[in-house]
Amino acid sequence: MSRTPPAGAGARDQVARLLTLVPFLHHRDGVRLDEAARLLDTSSEQVLRDLKVLFMCGLPGGLPGDLIDVDLDAIQSEAGSPLTEGVIRVENAEYLARPLRLSATEASAIIVALRMLRDTSVGDTRAMVARVLDKLEGAAATRGAAHVDVTPSPRDAQQVAVMDLTQRINEAVEQGRQVRITYFVPSRDEESERVVDPRGVVSHGVFTYLDAWCHRAGGERLFRLDRITKYDVLDSERATDPQPPRDLSSGLFSDVDGADQLVVTLRLDPEARWATEYYPVRDVRVAEDGSAEVDLVVVDQRWLVRLLMRLAPHAEVVRPQEFTEAFTATAQETLSLYA
Amino acid sequence: MPAPKSERLLNLLIMLLVQRRPIAKERIRELLYPDSRPDAFEKMFERDKDELRSLGVPVDVASIDPLFEDEVGYRIPPEAFALPDIELTPEEAAVVGLASRVWQHATMAQATSDAVRKLTASGIAVDLDALDIAQPLLTAEEPAFETCWLAVCERQEVRFDYQRPGADAPTTRRVQPWGVVRSSGRWYVVGFDRDRRAERVFRLSRVQGEVRTVGAPGAYDVPPDTDVRDIARRLAPPTTTQRAVLLVRQGAGQALRRSAVRVDVGVTGPDERTGWDRVELVRPEMGLADDVLAHGPDVVLLEPASVRRRVVERLELVAR
Repeated sequence: MSRTPPAGAGARDQVARLLTLVPFLHHRDGVRLDEAARLLDTSSEQVLRDLKVLFMCGLPGGLPGDLIDVDLDAIQSEAGSPLTEGVIRVENAEYLARPLRLSATEASAIIVALRMLRDTSVGDTRAMVARVLDKLEGAAATRGAAHVDVTPSPRDAQQVAVMDLTQRINEAVEQGRQVRITYFVPSRDEESERVVDPRGVVSHGVFTYLDAWCHRAGGERLFRLDRITKYDVLDSERATDPQPPRDLSSGLFSDVDGADQLVVTLRLDPEARWATEYYPVRDVRVAEDGSAEVDLVVVDQRWLVRLLMRLAPHAEVVRPQEFTEAFTATAQETLSLYA
Repeated sequence: MPAPKSERLLNLLIMLLVQRRPIAKERIRELLYPDSRPDAFEKMFERDKDELRSLGVPVDVASIDPLFEDEVGYRIPPEAFALPDIELTPEEAAVVGLASRVWQHATMAQATSDAVRKLTASGIAVDLDALDIAQPLLTAEEPAFETCWLAVCERQEVRFDYQRPGADAPTTRRVQPWGVVRSSGRWYVVGFDRDRRAERVFRLSRVQGEVRTVGAPGAYDVPPDTDVRDIARRLAPPTTTQRAVLLVRQGAGQALRRSAVRVDVGVTGPDERTGWDRVELVRPEMGLADDVLAHGPDVVLLEPASVRRRVVERLELVAR
């Protein structure tokens, strides 16, 4: 399955390619060498080498009529190099006209992917995916495939919504149009409406963001797509010059004014370690007992207190001290409401 | 010069595929391995058969003569060899193309592409751009996932160290995996636990270290009518939804309000600093305490009582 075959896998892979290539040629006319290479995810040179092997194969007996015929002159020069635009002709290979059945791994992989697609789509699309599944499950009835399954979670549906939003934003960027979004900010626990000039969609860590010029803030802003609760692509054209979206590879906060941000060190118990995958961390130092010290970039103290409360009692502030006080005060006030 | 190995493999495949009846080993040797000595032939033939089988080619062994069962022959039944005919409309073919983008796991993505390639070779034209819909992404970050999945496909026993919540140390488990299931974003393996002699479900994220396969493929049969999804539901901790009742400060708790099944505005709250609303949710219990705590003094959980107790306990631990 790995892309770099182990030693000795060459012959096996070559046979596998030929078992795909011969039926492909059988169903289509005029397939060129480079088209075949693209299908097989390999080079024209390799396809030519494969076909030279096929040329030597056929029914036992070895009589001329028993062998598979490949028109090699059409696909290689006199010097033996491949003619990428040459059309491949293979005859006398009818018994290889159908591809090999799907393996258990192949069948289970594609069926699970289709089930996921079915369960996250709606309406006509869902019905169509269900039809495809029926047909494939019937044809690919291998023992392994029956025993893998997925039940999509609400997060999957959200992720599809994010993909959909990404497409709409990209269209708006292409057409140079503005977008009106309703954006939810958990740390302030508020929703706000704003008109933006979208620049593109960028990813960082597990989240995807809209990078845009925000007319309400009068500056560049990043918006997490899963927090955009409503959006409209407007007829109005963008009011700022088009720009490519920012490169977030060096971190989410590289563009934020240095004065506002602060590095806070937290100690997380093993139960709270998952948080490092979801929040912008600078560094994680894991201790032997499974706990970890984490350096977080914090731009908003309310956000940090929310995080500490969510993780309580499995997270504590190592430094700076002032955040411990804010956290403890919030916990005390909350507890008093339960009295 | 002996023929290259790929040529020999393909010739063997073709010969076995065109036979109506099983063909005797001796005859195979005459036709395809004429220059090899008997012991060398045995070894080469065994290896070649294994290579074909590893490609997924079904090489059947059957007795040639019903009266003499010890004389066996070989054959590849065409109906078991070839992909059956599948008729897809262009739009349906595009769905297949879309499916090839779902897996975000290298091995599974590769397996899906291989499947799509075979479908393409059977005459289906997969046009990736014929449909304008967004596809879901399926991830499997658990390192144990791949070995377990392949073991299910191969029906091969696995061994791994498993950390149960609350247990001091992981224990080694021997499992015949029947299936792999994803539920609420997590992957589970379902199978027969050889030591406990019963069906068990294991959460893959709790597997410590490597999963080892033990013994030969095809070592056991999955009991007929096994519904792995059903077993996972039965044995895994339930993720049923529950009614939760909260007091939410007016102007706060937007996310909670959005998913509420009912909101009563202006109820008596625990303080008079602002007005309070009563918000009712129906949701899984998992994560409820976390979500409530994150809102700090803006949200008070009333029900369920067990979760409310947990919230108070957690607050007491940090409010010193």
